Amino acid sequence: MGATGEVRVLTARYDVPDVHTLAVYEQHDGYLGLRKALETAPADIIEIVKDSGLRGRGGAGFPTGLKWSFVAQNTGKPVYVVCNADEGEPGTFKDRELMEKDPHSLVEGMVVSGLALNSVHGFIYLRGEFAHAGRRLRAAIREAYDAGYLGDDILGSGRTFHLSLHRGAGAYICGEETALLDSLEGRRGQPRLRPPFPATHGLYGCPTTVNNVETIATAPFLVRHGADWFRQWGTDKSPGFKLMCISGEIHRPGNYEFALGTPIREMIDHCGGMLDGRELKFFCPGGSSTPLLPASKADIGYDFESVAEAGSLLGTGALMLYSDRTSVVETVLRFTQFYEHESCGKCTPCREGGYWLSQILERMVAGKGRPEDLDLLTDICGNIFGRSFCALGDGMTSPIVAGLEYFREEFEQLVSGRGLPDGVVPQDTWRASQPVGAGA
Amino acid sequence: MSEPMVTLTIDGTEITVPKGTLLIRAAEQLGTIIPRFCDHPLLDPVGACRQCVVEVEGQVKPFMACTTEATDGMVVRTQVSSEVARGGQEGALEFLLINHPLDCPMCDKGGECPLQDQALTHGRNESRFVDEKRRYDKPVAVSEQVLLDRERCVLCARCTRFSEQISGDPFIELFERGALEQVAIYEDEPYSSYFSGNVIQICPVGALTSTSYRFKARPFDVVTGSSVCEMCSAGCTTTVQARRGEVQRQMARTNPAVNEMWNCDKGRFGYAHLTADTRLRSPQVRDGDGLVDTDWAAAMMAAVSAITEAREAGDGTVAVLSGSRLADEDAYALSKYARVALGTDDVDFRTRFADPDERDFLAALPGMPAATYDDVEAAGTILVVGLDPEEEVPILHLRLRKAWRRNTARIVPVGPRAGSLAPYAWRHLGTAAGREGDALAAVTRGEGVASVASAAYDSGYAHPHLADVVKALRDDPHPVILVGERATDTLDLVSLLAGATGARIGWVPRRAGARAAADAGLSAGLLPGGRRLDDPQDREDLEQAWGSLPAARGRDLQQVLTDAAAGKIKVLHLVGVDLLTDCEDPALAEQALAKATVICQDLARTPTTEHADIVLPVTARQERAGNATNWEGRTQPFNRIVDGPGAVRDDWEVLVQLSALLGTDLGFHDLDGLNAERERIGVRREPHPFVEPGEQIELPPVEDAGDGLALVSWPLLLDRGVMTRGATDLLATARDAVVALSPADAAARGLADGDEAEVTGAGGTLRLPVRIEELLVDGCVWLPANSTTPNAATLVAGGPARVEVTAAAVAEVGA
Repeated sequence: MGATGEVRVLTARYDVPDVHTLAVYEQHDGYLGLRKALETAPADIIEIVKDSGLRGRGGAGFPTGLKWSFVAQNTGKPVYVVCNADEGEPGTFKDRELMEKDPHSLVEGMVVSGLALNSVHGFIYLRGEFAHAGRRLRAAIREAYDAGYLGDDILGSGRTFHLSLHRGAGAYICGEETALLDSLEGRRGQPRLRPPFPATHGLYGCPTTVNNVETIATAPFLVRHGADWFRQWGTDKSPGFKLMCISGEIHRPGNYEFALGTPIREMIDHCGGMLDGRELKFFCPGGSSTPLLPASKADIGYDFESVAEAGSLLGTGALMLYSDRTSVVETVLRFTQFYEHESCGKCTPCREGGYWLSQILERMVAGKGRPEDLDLLTDICGNIFGRSFCALGDGMTSPIVAGLEYFREEFEQLVSGRGLPDGVVPQDTWRASQPVGAGA
Repeated sequence: MSEPMVTLTIDGTEITVPKGTLLIRAAEQLGTIIPRFCDHPLLDPVGACRQCVVEVEGQVKPFMACTTEATDGMVVRTQVSSEVARGGQEGALEFLLINHPLDCPMCDKGGECPLQDQALTHGRNESRFVDEKRRYDKPVAVSEQVLLDRERCVLCARCTRFSEQISGDPFIELFERGALEQVAIYEDEPYSSYFSGNVIQICPVGALTSTSYRFKARPFDVVTGSSVCEMCSAGCTTTVQARRGEVQRQMARTNPAVNEMWNCDKGRFGYAHLTADTRLRSPQVRDGDGLVDTDWAAAMMAAVSAITEAREAGDGTVAVLSGSRLADEDAYALSKYARVALGTDDVDFRTRFADPDERDFLAALPGMPAATYDDVEAAGTILVVGLDPEEEVPILHLRLRKAWRRNTARIVPVGPRAGSLAPYAWRHLGTAAGREGDALAAVTRGEGVASVASAAYDSGYAHPHLADVVKALRDDPHPVILVGERATDTLDLVSLLAGATGARIGWVPRRAGARAAADAGLSAGLLPGGRRLDDPQDREDLEQAWGSLPAARGRDLQQVLTDAAAGKIKVLHLVGVDLLTDCEDPALAEQALAKATVICQDLARTPTTEHADIVLPVTARQERAGNATNWEGRTQPFNRIVDGPGAVRDDWEVLVQLSALLGTDLGFHDLDGLNAERERIGVRREPHPFVEPGEQIELPPVEDAGDGLALVSWPLLLDRGVMTRGATDLLATARDAVVALSPADAAARGLADGDEAEVTGAGGTLRLPVRIEELLVDGCVWLPANSTTPNAATLVAGGPARVEVTAAAVAEVGA
């Protein structure tokens, strides 16, 4: 078990003025990881990443080194490195700040990843709404080309890596790696059938790895400092540090960086605690698609295993905190409406299920719920979970299933006509219930 | 090499299937039909509808049978034995129904709808959905022929996958997302496809319906029969459904060897001609300037008198022309009628003026290494000579496209214009108009065939891709060469090339009955079964069966028309041919028709029947039984589904009766008797060889080019043909007539894509929009053969096929 508490590695440069420019970035250890990587054999880089125990920071937590080792080499086809910068999970805003404040760290990470995988071309798939991050990245890529960190002969090493920035159009589904690849190829962003997996048939049918911004930005540090350095933080199975997007009813919401394993309570305190006069009621540990948990579970350490044991997922590191003033049902409705809106429409359970779930919850919040709606919600979720094409459908059911598990009485109170619990301040439902599909 | 197999257990029963088999297919082999909507055996799996839930032992989540491949030792449980599977399937069905309008009573799909059927077998009796359903305007037109009801759609993506994967017309797509996802077309790009009807047939709900069948019938109140399409030589099998004696719709009938599960829109929607007002219903005879209805006895006696009178005036006064529409039995009966009842060898089934040597090829057809659809699909390299499959034989186009998509087959169009093969052409061996032989000679020389190695056979043809094509043919163990009617004169070279490379040959005429006509000997000098009139053994064989044959080889179309125009031939018996529209020289045809006594035996009124003295109305394909032989040489039976209108009779029947009146018993009085005789005669035991290895062959001499551009022309699938009369919606999907030019020729005339141009030939001028095509050789211009007035043949008035193309004068606005 390594250290816990706040860490400043990925965020170390956030407060340095003008660090988004190459000159300042270089003054703050910029591109040292890349220089080191040029001296390291590709297989050794993958080995370091494997040894570090780094797990994907985009939500699924798959071991990065292992993922890289799956990427097919010597197939006669080019290998592509794709950065998933389509940050869209509600509650998540870590990648955006990193790209806006420290864009070169992502560029450096891309080159290091490319060197590790013998790839000569990488792509950053950026969420469409991130205009400022896009400008910063574009400028950083240009500077990196001019300085020889990108191009046909990186720093005279004879190694090649090119980097393209692609702005998406703001669809949540394009954060799903195969939908992202389809979108990057110019198609409709919908998930692909797997197998084959991107490691063998990814972008343009070529071996591809798709990694999260934070994951890729971590790689240069691993190359520079080694696996053991990384393992000084966190737990054995969840080593290292993690960007945390802490939001909700607390004093100082924002991006933080903690060692994995840091207790959630400690994080809340670090952010100045809950807003005055409010008690933690429930929280989402890793974004809206991770099952919400009641306050009683806030004492656990924030690492993959402990959160899973508590019945949820670490997800993207988006810790959302809600007090006793907030209705669980209304929160669940808002999440559900989000997933309904973002369902790509490809598969039946997610498309139709989301449509149905939203309407039931909207009806409940409008005071027209029926007692049988509770079991109906459970049934519908059961028919979506594990049956949808990709994880979006599963994620859609999480808030409802967990909400019903921990706060069933709140749902029951609502459908029996007794309104919201005492002390809860009703939210304005942000989207009026309206029939869809009107018109041609 | 045996295929690797895997053994798995489905619902307790062990089954061994080839590796890669999907669970849904493996279960089918055990008779278990796992419910599905998106799955289709000929489309790539998509896993969209999530209906085919099954349980796989050892797996936490349920699996989709349509996207999961069987693996060794897998233990699968379907709805038959698994509560998880059953529950999952019911759940998916419930989802599909929440937004479904449940308007079955007024939906065309009612009674044959998978959604309806599955809701009945394993749906809930009552809906748990009490909220608001999705609403859309309905229906919206995807094309003139296809209507879309988005409320009924289950978004299975069969139609969009068909468009992308099978037909390659990807303008029908899924738009929007989530619950608003919907099938649509691009606003500025209409859904243009010759295969659009297939999306209606594979739609698992009533979302896609046809304008032709809408609200016409229910599957349980139609009479259903099987037929073979007569729109082209593809030989697609169809299901024809009729109600109260009228055809209501036609669908593709599954036939893995030929049309798989598809057909083209012409074959599907083209049945209005059966009841169109142009349809001939009664025999007619000329009375002064007009034709008047009469009865069969009078019409037949008139025909007999005309024929007898002519024959009394001398030999060689009666000729028979047919137009490649006839079924196998008709072609045979006509061949025998001409030779035995009329005593003439003046017969021709073609509407083009063919080289006399073509007879030798037609006689050798039975012995050719014939290509099939499956050969096309399996081939690595396919030469397509003088043929535009999508316009001429659409289902062949789908097979070529399948070979291209699945096996990256190298498709090499040979000729002046690649046409609709342009997107799939690996290399294009462009040639001057009618000079496909030059390219083939060069390829054949490249393959080291001695008989064309000498300088005499070097036309100087050079092409940067020649060596690639030679190598591709040499390296491919199973190449295929497809030759269209227009390039029939290259078949000697094709035969040599096939001998050198092991290629299979497909002679692909456009019309449905061309192969049957060739097999029946409907050409001067040719006899049934690949026999030749000038071969003593062949003569003897056939005279034993038929009796005395004409002594000498007769005249072909061009000579017949010339001699008829000169008054030497007195009677023309036309069987299913519209010479004025289709003949290579309509002007000559008109002279011949004006001079001779004309007996027209046909389905419908045409410009040609207007010149007839005697009209004999006949049944159409759907109105009778028989056999049809497609371009492959594959013979398939068709059945009567409706009665013909009025007094129509079958073609073969008319010929039997006419022969009897002329004093000759053709020897059969029903189809069984006719077919028994055909079978007895069969094909020549040892087929005539076509070109002997080492035989010296000739290239046609290069003619003086003349002024202007060479006109290249062939018909579009949907044009002014007789068989699409009255099919308004179908014809609204026809492609617009254009004049196609090479980039250089267009530039030289200051023409850009879409500009109006005037095309001028000896017979008139046409005004058409320009299309610039990369795969069209310089010096050639292409026009659709029968989409304009005047049509392409009339434009050049039977003279040299040369035209000039100029920018059209801009009409003054408001003048």
